[in-house]
Amino acid sequence: MFKQKQLLLGMAFMLGLTPAMVSAGQEVNLYSARKEKLIKPLLDKFSSRTGIKVNLVTGKADALLKKLQSEGINSPADILLTTDAGRLHRAKSAGVTQPFFSDKLKKAIPSQYRDASGHWYGLSLRARPIMYVKGRVNPSELSTYEALADSKWKRRICIRSSSNIYNQSLIASMISANGEKATENWAKKFVKNFARPPKGGDRDQIKGAASGQCDIAVANTYYLAGMLNSKDKKQRSAANKVAVFWPNQNGRGAHVNVSGAALTKSAKNRHNAVKLIEFLAEPESQLWYAQKNGEYPARPGVKMSSTLLSWGKFKADNLNLVNLGTLNPKAVMLMDRSGWK
Amino acid sequence: MEKAPKTNRSKLSGNWWSVGTSAMAAIFSIPVLVVLGFLFVPAGEIWSHLVDTVLKDYVLNSLSLMLGVALGSLLLGVGTAWLASMCSFTGRGIFEWMLLLPLAIPAYIIAYTYTGMLDFSGPVQSALREAYGWGYGDYWFPEIRSLWGAALMLSLVLYPYVYLLTRAAFLNQSLCVLDVSRTLGNGVWRSFFTVALPLARPSIVAGLSLALMETLADYGTVQYFGVSTFTTGIFRTWYGLDNAPAAAQLSAMLLMFVLILIMLEKNSRKKSRYHNTSQRHQAINRIPLKGWKNFAAVLYCGVAVLFGFLLPAGQLVIWTFTISEESIDGAFFDLIYHTLLLGGLASFFALLFALFLGYGQRLHNNPIVRLSVRLSGMGYAVPGTVVAVGVIIPFAWLDNTLDGWMRSQFDYSTGLILSGSLFALLFAYLVRFLAVSLQTVEAGLGRIKPSMDEAGRSLGYSPNEVLRFIHLPMLRGSLLTALLLVFVDVLKELPATLILRPFNFNTLAVRAYELAADERLADAAPASLAIVAVGIIPVILLSYSITRSRQSK
Repeated sequence: MFKQKQLLLGMAFMLGLTPAMVSAGQEVNLYSARKEKLIKPLLDKFSSRTGIKVNLVTGKADALLKKLQSEGINSPADILLTTDAGRLHRAKSAGVTQPFFSDKLKKAIPSQYRDASGHWYGLSLRARPIMYVKGRVNPSELSTYEALADSKWKRRICIRSSSNIYNQSLIASMISANGEKATENWAKKFVKNFARPPKGGDRDQIKGAASGQCDIAVANTYYLAGMLNSKDKKQRSAANKVAVFWPNQNGRGAHVNVSGAALTKSAKNRHNAVKLIEFLAEPESQLWYAQKNGEYPARPGVKMSSTLLSWGKFKADNLNLVNLGTLNPKAVMLMDRSGWK
Repeated sequence: MEKAPKTNRSKLSGNWWSVGTSAMAAIFSIPVLVVLGFLFVPAGEIWSHLVDTVLKDYVLNSLSLMLGVALGSLLLGVGTAWLASMCSFTGRGIFEWMLLLPLAIPAYIIAYTYTGMLDFSGPVQSALREAYGWGYGDYWFPEIRSLWGAALMLSLVLYPYVYLLTRAAFLNQSLCVLDVSRTLGNGVWRSFFTVALPLARPSIVAGLSLALMETLADYGTVQYFGVSTFTTGIFRTWYGLDNAPAAAQLSAMLLMFVLILIMLEKNSRKKSRYHNTSQRHQAINRIPLKGWKNFAAVLYCGVAVLFGFLLPAGQLVIWTFTISEESIDGAFFDLIYHTLLLGGLASFFALLFALFLGYGQRLHNNPIVRLSVRLSGMGYAVPGTVVAVGVIIPFAWLDNTLDGWMRSQFDYSTGLILSGSLFALLFAYLVRFLAVSLQTVEAGLGRIKPSMDEAGRSLGYSPNEVLRFIHLPMLRGSLLTALLLVFVDVLKELPATLILRPFNFNTLAVRAYELAADERLADAAPASLAIVAVGIIPVILLSYSITRSRQSK
């Protein structure tokens, strides 16, 4: 029995060793908080064009960050891909990224969507506007996020839990604009306007609005895009009942976050990594984000999908995205205090 | 094995078992200890904030959830186990294995399917509104996405633990005991409550504690339902508040819950022993149920199977074949292969180590061994992500230390050897699921009375030989149960897999999760369905073998 055990242990070891022994030829290793389905097609395109193999592990941003930190200088990762600027900033402060400069990226990505010292570059924009039910809400009644605290919206708003990063970023952006105290007062009133205790994802908020549970949903646009282009008739019809309203257009603009990429400090395939990030910022790749995932390209002047065009142009909040990262803990505590579950 | 004088040999072997048990348990406790180590890292002023605002919710909701799941899984698990093993009614043979099927469905998947069906915008409520012309607020409908909804979801997929272990206990009870009880004039029901149930108690409690530990570790369901528990709190504190020490300290509090749970259980049965005095098992004369009793039995088992398996699996099938945009191609078979590989390896090693620990404890039931065995099983109640972090930190440290040493001594870099390998992932599975095989093996060993060991030893067997020639054959059913339970658990495991898997290595659970997390529930259906399908095979095997092992005695 024990011989068998040793044999199997040995086997397990060998299994474990194989991935580490992969030749260090033309390849690049990616830790991605973006789901496989939403990045792999682009990576495959990159590989077929350049012959560089892309190795991918997906996971939750903070867990990947922890992994990167623990692995230290020996980490195999070359690139960290996240879906929010806060985590990119967190990675930078944790000291696991390194600056790099690329003329291509500098030209492609506007300065507000990349780190000033070159640690990370934003690749797509994720906007979080107000969505209202056509016919039940007149868009003239809407103006800003701040105005959603008005008592006329009592029990009419659907929004997901405050554990969600999108809401945390939204509140962080409001703290940045209005200060902590004003935002807390606002949040306390805003929570009273919830039609139901927060639950589910962004699509659930849109469905809730469409089915009459609430009149307003706050959700990211790419979920609405996904529903509009879904094979499921019910999702399409629910999505068609709501319309997008861009808030704060006379002020700072609608809240957006960016997904982006950072070069790790331990990067052993630095050249290939930079090449890949540049590829992701090319117009063709940027168009893919818009068409496949309903996100707004970070690169200006890129063609958009008809779904995105139908929602019209909007002014995006131009706050320094680093604030989303630094103010995130404050935002969470503020939401705890205001009873936002 | 070399021949040595008997006394010497057993003494040596005794030490070996004792030291080996503690050492192995210590290794598997490392991740939990790493997490506990964070107790000594100052977390700043965050605690006063947590205490003032959310901690009460975390504690109360976690306790309520445990209470709900305890009630639900006992209600669904014990009665069905009794009916399926001791009574005869219409469809019993089918129910016997079908009752196990919910085990193959991950809790978060069942939560998604029921939300899809029962939510305000789902087909059931929409149809009601259409039929009666109601609008929002005109009628009352139970809210599935609530604390009690979560307890219900978890009970539906976790009751099979109770069912499985309880049924094995009923089948293993020597019928003499029951016969004696009935000859003494006790009715069927009275025999059930006064004899069979108390005798099965260790197994019921073992099943229940598995269900409750899994409940405490659940993240997917409670997060989706918007219920704030310890698990959601841990991640909120870690991700949102960016405070890993405080998150680890919350995990440590969670572990206290588990320790208390375990100690209460151990203490409550300290003084009683639970083995049959007779090993004479005979073919069961099942109690025939007729008329309304037959109907009630069918209904009872039917409810569990219908809601725990048929409805959610049916929903997955519908999604897969109607609106899913996920294609089943070569890459999909890779997912299945990876899933099977991990499940197979992890369940085999978990069984091996559990047997070692369980038997070591039987031989040397001293406080140190007991404590270390308990510690090594704690990982089951810890959310997979936390276990994974507890694995990453020591492994990366080991790799980097070795690398640094090799660099300085030989100017050669070994890089990361263990981190990012399947070995690290398998280790995490063992930490997480050792409790499952351990509970099962222990429950099995507990039913073998010590006089068997004594008889074996007096015949000149060493402890190892007692294990090999006496216990293993008697334990066959339990061992198989342990193997298959871990296998199914690994199929469903997500968070540790997500973090620890090597590059380009996906499993069915990862695929299902990624699509579901992107709120594409229907697209997640094929992968979920594949988990269920792969999980059903061992579950049926399990059921079959238990029945057979009973018959062959």
